[in-house]
Amino acid sequence: MRFLRVAGRLWLVPVVLVAWEVATRTAEDIFFPPPTVIASRMHELWFSGPAQHLWLTEGALENIPTSLGRIFSGWLLAGVIGIALGIMLGRSERFSQFVDPIIQFGRAIPPPALLPLFLALFAIGTQMQVATIVFGIIWPILLNASDGARHVDRLHLETASAFGFSRGQRLMRVILPSAMPKIFAGLRLSLSLALILMVISELVGSTNGIGFQLLDAQRSYDYPGVWGSIVLLGVLGYVLNTAFLAAERRILSWHRTANQTT
Amino acid sequence: MTGRSPLSSRLLCGAAGVAGLFCVMELAGRSGLIDPIVFPLASTVVSRAAALAADGEFLADVASTLGAWAAGLLIAVLVAVPTGFLLGTLPRVEAALRPVLEFLRPIPSVALIPLALLLFSDRFDMKVAVIVYAAWWPVLINTMYGLKDVDPLAKETLRSFGFGRMAVLWRVSLPSTAPFIATGVRLAAAIALILAISAELLAGGASGIGTFIIEAGGSPDALEYIIAATIWAGIIGVVSNSLFTLAERRLFHWHLARTGGTR
Amino acid sequence: MLEISNLDHTYGSGPGAHHALGGIDLRVTQGELVCIVGPSGCGKSTLLRSIAGLLKPTGGTITLNGTPVDRTPDDLAVVFQDYSRSLFPWMSVGDNVALPLRRKGMDRGQRRAAAEEALEQVGLAGASGKYPWQLSGGMQQRVSIARALAYRPSLLLMDEPFGSVDAQTREDLEDLTLRVRNHHNMTILLITHDIDESVYVGDRVVVLAKAPATVVGDLRVDLPGPRDQITTRENPAFVHLRAEVGRLVRGMRSHPAAAS
Ligand SMILES: Nc1ncnc2c1ncn2[C@@H]1O[C@H](COP(=O)(O)OP(=O)(O)OP(=O)(O)O)[C@@H](O)[C@H]1O
Ligand SMILES: [Mg+2]
Repeated sequence: MRFLRVAGRLWLVPVVLVAWEVATRTAEDIFFPPPTVIASRMHELWFSGPAQHLWLTEGALENIPTSLGRIFSGWLLAGVIGIALGIMLGRSERFSQFVDPIIQFGRAIPPPALLPLFLALFAIGTQMQVATIVFGIIWPILLNASDGARHVDRLHLETASAFGFSRGQRLMRVILPSAMPKIFAGLRLSLSLALILMVISELVGSTNGIGFQLLDAQRSYDYPGVWGSIVLLGVLGYVLNTAFLAAERRILSWHRTANQTT
Repeated sequence: MTGRSPLSSRLLCGAAGVAGLFCVMELAGRSGLIDPIVFPLASTVVSRAAALAADGEFLADVASTLGAWAAGLLIAVLVAVPTGFLLGTLPRVEAALRPVLEFLRPIPSVALIPLALLLFSDRFDMKVAVIVYAAWWPVLINTMYGLKDVDPLAKETLRSFGFGRMAVLWRVSLPSTAPFIATGVRLAAAIALILAISAELLAGGASGIGTFIIEAGGSPDALEYIIAATIWAGIIGVVSNSLFTLAERRLFHWHLARTGGTR
Repeated sequence: MLEISNLDHTYGSGPGAHHALGGIDLRVTQGELVCIVGPSGCGKSTLLRSIAGLLKPTGGTITLNGTPVDRTPDDLAVVFQDYSRSLFPWMSVGDNVALPLRRKGMDRGQRRAAAEEALEQVGLAGASGKYPWQLSGGMQQRVSIARALAYRPSLLLMDEPFGSVDAQTREDLEDLTLRVRNHHNMTILLITHDIDESVYVGDRVVVLAKAPATVVGDLRVDLPGPRDQITTRENPAFVHLRAEVGRLVRGMRSHPAAAS
């Protein structure tokens, strides 16, 4: 039954794939390789390795973890800085008044415009990619954290001071938990932005990573390779988003039940 | 302390904050804390940025970026809004297409630039094409979300006076969804600018802010030019964002008044 | 003109289903003002939505002037119980009232004049430039009444139309409803919680019982002359009818002797 329901929901996917296959085979346009060709190229590029490497190829082992490492280190760093700064901004009206224009400006700079600057400051390599990612994705986290921290329920804060909570306790037990749902919304948005910025930074200046492989395929007119890299990035985006949603459900539900018991 | 103290004005505080940052950067450069060769002085950058405003070549680049940005955004809106309405009013079609859309959406749009470079011989068309692809998602998603938010009773009210489907769509669904569409367009505008500059960085050859930045890389005081151009990119972002926000407030004050104005 | 026979409606299906209407029979003739009373949640709004063609009942038939109702009939207006949601927040009050008049083929000027007139009748002269959300609940309710009255439908359905206004305004609106009905020969179905009100404005009072709704009483209101807020309410016939309806709503049999 469950299978039938899923099949009923997904029926268009195979239809589209078959139509795409037929259309590309009849058109015979080298720019548009058939999906089967793309799939076999993807297999060749990443998944035809030896069994002890989980069938991952040398290329996959070199490039995919590199890219993921950049995304996650950028995301983590932006998360830590963004949440800390955001909570400061949310709790101090004065501070937020002073830096607001700077933040509005920083947020408005299209992050790829900074690539050449970071390229000059850090030279080609992971440092420059992480800097680009951090700068580009910190804004949603920072703004959401400050919004969440600003709108903490007055009664909760008053309860905290009535029970003589220390500053640290107030922050960790009251402010941070109530800002959490907003912070998560920001973290999710910035995760998908991190993927975009990872790709663009690897396209502009890199010697490894999935983005570099994409560029490499493009330069050598390997059309199935270009399409394959795009598909791989799409799958990566899908997996990241799904994993994040699952994690969020877990963590926020823990936060909810914890709130009920205390 | 009275409430009239200068510290109570947002504008003054903000200006003081910007001035403070400028002074710190300038002092750090002049005292040798940051080597001016590694990172140029704040005053140098600002005067360079001011000079760029009168530089015809740079202005042509800005115009080219904004042209592609506006064209891409416009096409994206013209395609996404009707699609959103179609999907929103035909739940069967939406259910069938949803998985396909869910597979396409997570593809990072910048990954399409190398492909677009191969497909389009004209650099401007290429830019517009990737912008359209990236900008259409937020508009589509927001349109569909807004349609779900239309009050069924508002639709029934019009139907009870004998109006037909099209009239209900035009007089209730569209105005009620419009604020959501506007939010989508504002988000899309920011993404479109990111894509425009990314495409220019990768494409080279054509004109645009991104191209300007890449080409400045060759000159000895490259960083000055790069940072100055980046400042202008930021200013363009701020201006476009404020204009969209202002237009939203003007046009949809009824929406803000009901939802409390926070967003 | 309106005939309802054996109307039945069940919300949902399976264990969560709710049997809201359990075989309602009702006949309304042209120009009649019928009040429907019944306890909260008994299915009054459900009945009204079925008549307006906004809800497809699961059983029974509704015919209006000989044709079965399967979609919203022409020449009908509804004052919804949830009046504030039925006003369009993106339009001014005047535009809200004028909008349905497009169906009547009026030009802009006529529509505006008709809207102004209707707003004045409900005591909201000068509010037409405001937005609905700038008005109080009672004012919004009067706007939705004005919108229905300006439309001059041949069948008017009102779902607790005077619930949020003060006593004085309420009496004025009751009299306005009676006047409009007489002038334009409308047929009106008015749902109310207020037993006094039902007897005062109605030609008939139909009492519904709870879960599922059935008609437990259908009383003809024979009160002399044009009605008047003071004298009509003093009339012994009025007092008697009010008690009768009250007993029916409370679920007692209609004759006082049978209650013990
Ligand atoms: N859309 C719905 N889905 C499921 N049940 C519903 C729905 N609408 C109404 N009901 C149920 O049907 C019953 C009758 O509802 P209805 O709104 O007709 O009552 P009512 O007589 O108008 O009450 P009130 O006087 O409070 O307005 C209620 O018990 C309600 O819970
Ligand atoms: Mg009701």
